[in-house]
Amino acid sequence: MTAPGIGIDNRPAAASKPAPASKRARPSLLPLVTVAASLAALLAIWAIASTIWPSRALPSPAAVLDVLIRDAASGELFYHLGMTLMRVVAAFILAMIVGSVIGVTLGMRQRADNFFSPWVVLFLNLPALVIIVLAYIWFGLNEFAAIGAVAVNKIPNVIVTMREGARALDPRYGELATVYRFSAWERLRHILLPQLQPYIAAASRSGIALIWKIVLVVELLGRSNGVGFQIYLYFQTFDVAAILAYTLAFVAIMLLIELMLVQPFERHATRWRRRPA
Amino acid sequence: MRPVGAGVPLRVEIADKTFHPAGGEPLTAVRDLSFEVRHGEFACLLGPSGCGKTTTLRILLGLDKHYTGSVQLPDGGRIAAVFQEPTLLPWRTVEENVRLAMPPEMRSKSLDALFETLGLSAMRKLYPSELSLGLARRAALARAFAIEPSILLLDEPFVSLDEQTAQRLRYLLLTVWSERPTTALMVTHNLNEALMLSDRIVVLSPRPAHVLGIFDVRLPREYRNPQVMNDLHLSFREKFPHTG
Repeated sequence: MTAPGIGIDNRPAAASKPAPASKRARPSLLPLVTVAASLAALLAIWAIASTIWPSRALPSPAAVLDVLIRDAASGELFYHLGMTLMRVVAAFILAMIVGSVIGVTLGMRQRADNFFSPWVVLFLNLPALVIIVLAYIWFGLNEFAAIGAVAVNKIPNVIVTMREGARALDPRYGELATVYRFSAWERLRHILLPQLQPYIAAASRSGIALIWKIVLVVELLGRSNGVGFQIYLYFQTFDVAAILAYTLAFVAIMLLIELMLVQPFERHATRWRRRPA
Repeated sequence: MRPVGAGVPLRVEIADKTFHPAGGEPLTAVRDLSFEVRHGEFACLLGPSGCGKTTTLRILLGLDKHYTGSVQLPDGGRIAAVFQEPTLLPWRTVEENVRLAMPPEMRSKSLDALFETLGLSAMRKLYPSELSLGLARRAALARAFAIEPSILLLDEPFVSLDEQTAQRLRYLLLTVWSERPTTALMVTHNLNEALMLSDRIVVLSPRPAHVLGIFDVRLPREYRNPQVMNDLHLSFREKFPHTG
């Protein structure tokens, strides 16, 4: 990102001379302005390119917006976005819970880790497509198989990250909980989860990005709704405007989730790390 | 008050505690260690660094179960511990740290008096990273006394502090302890600290730890002024000429 770089460049000047209040407020706005300018430039390049080479394969931003408005008005857009989002959320929760439990267990038990480590490596290297096709063959073309296949794709990554987290646990806090007789729930909530939080955050971050891409493949191969299904539909009619409309709409939703849910939660979870002013 | 002849709250009889490090020589930390602490007494386990004191305390706390012998703790009583490090949960405030250690039925109790005594009233909402080391240790003391323990175990709680802070904390400990009396056992290698705080000093040998003898300090703590402390030092040296 360019924004932090600009911030660092400003610092020596600010340190040598006490900056007035108006100048100090600027660095906090700068990243936002930079992001907006960067996105606007991308949009401009796209608009110019589509006017220079007008074709069905490269629709203008306005044409994509038309499709968005049309499908939003009919409700179709929200139905398919909703179905995809539901699958992303279900697969994410499933993968995080199963992966965390297995990962933490392996991180705490060396012998179990020695035994199951090759399994983890095997699953890490299974192509997503193979897992999806096998899930549909074995369990049928249903929601269970779809969500399960996505989760199984993500679980090995979660295991590897959470195993590292469990290995980094500080035994002193566990002993404290033993001496002061914490219940199992208190141990989980006040001892285990706060220590694992950075690892959970890392697994979630990479997880959401990976999962929604796999969900589209799952929908394309064996579902009759969702963004993946719509993209497959418009692929058959080479309707690039509609393909871009659905893709951008879902990217926007994932961005919103990141900004409205993931980042505020992380700020809340790490509030104790703030240094006193 | 307990009836005469009631069992002592703490009786230790550790026959052997040996560590078996992977690929290393076995290391005997404790051999034939036996002593008891009487009800309401403040006792010190005094011994040279690395003699097995902390190991003994870990056995008492139930953190180490691989030993031969027996330890007897108060039946169903609560045990509080103050470790060498304050060991506060960094992600919980001072008050949350204290309340979390309390049994659920005690959690709603007012802690005002305890925080007042320890000078922590203004720090309740702070996170441990915002405390100095001295304040963090006070918070650890607050946590230990808040659960109203039937026995309090302290593992060199004032080590790695400057002497002035350490001394202030020793006085604070005495103040809280006299307000909330309980049976206490403190591990230390600091003779001065032991003479100042305890009713009885259990003197340990170098590793493997066993009891060299008992030193009773019968004098009430308020009379232990510098002159008296000097005399106590001398009589301790007379009785245990080869220690420290």
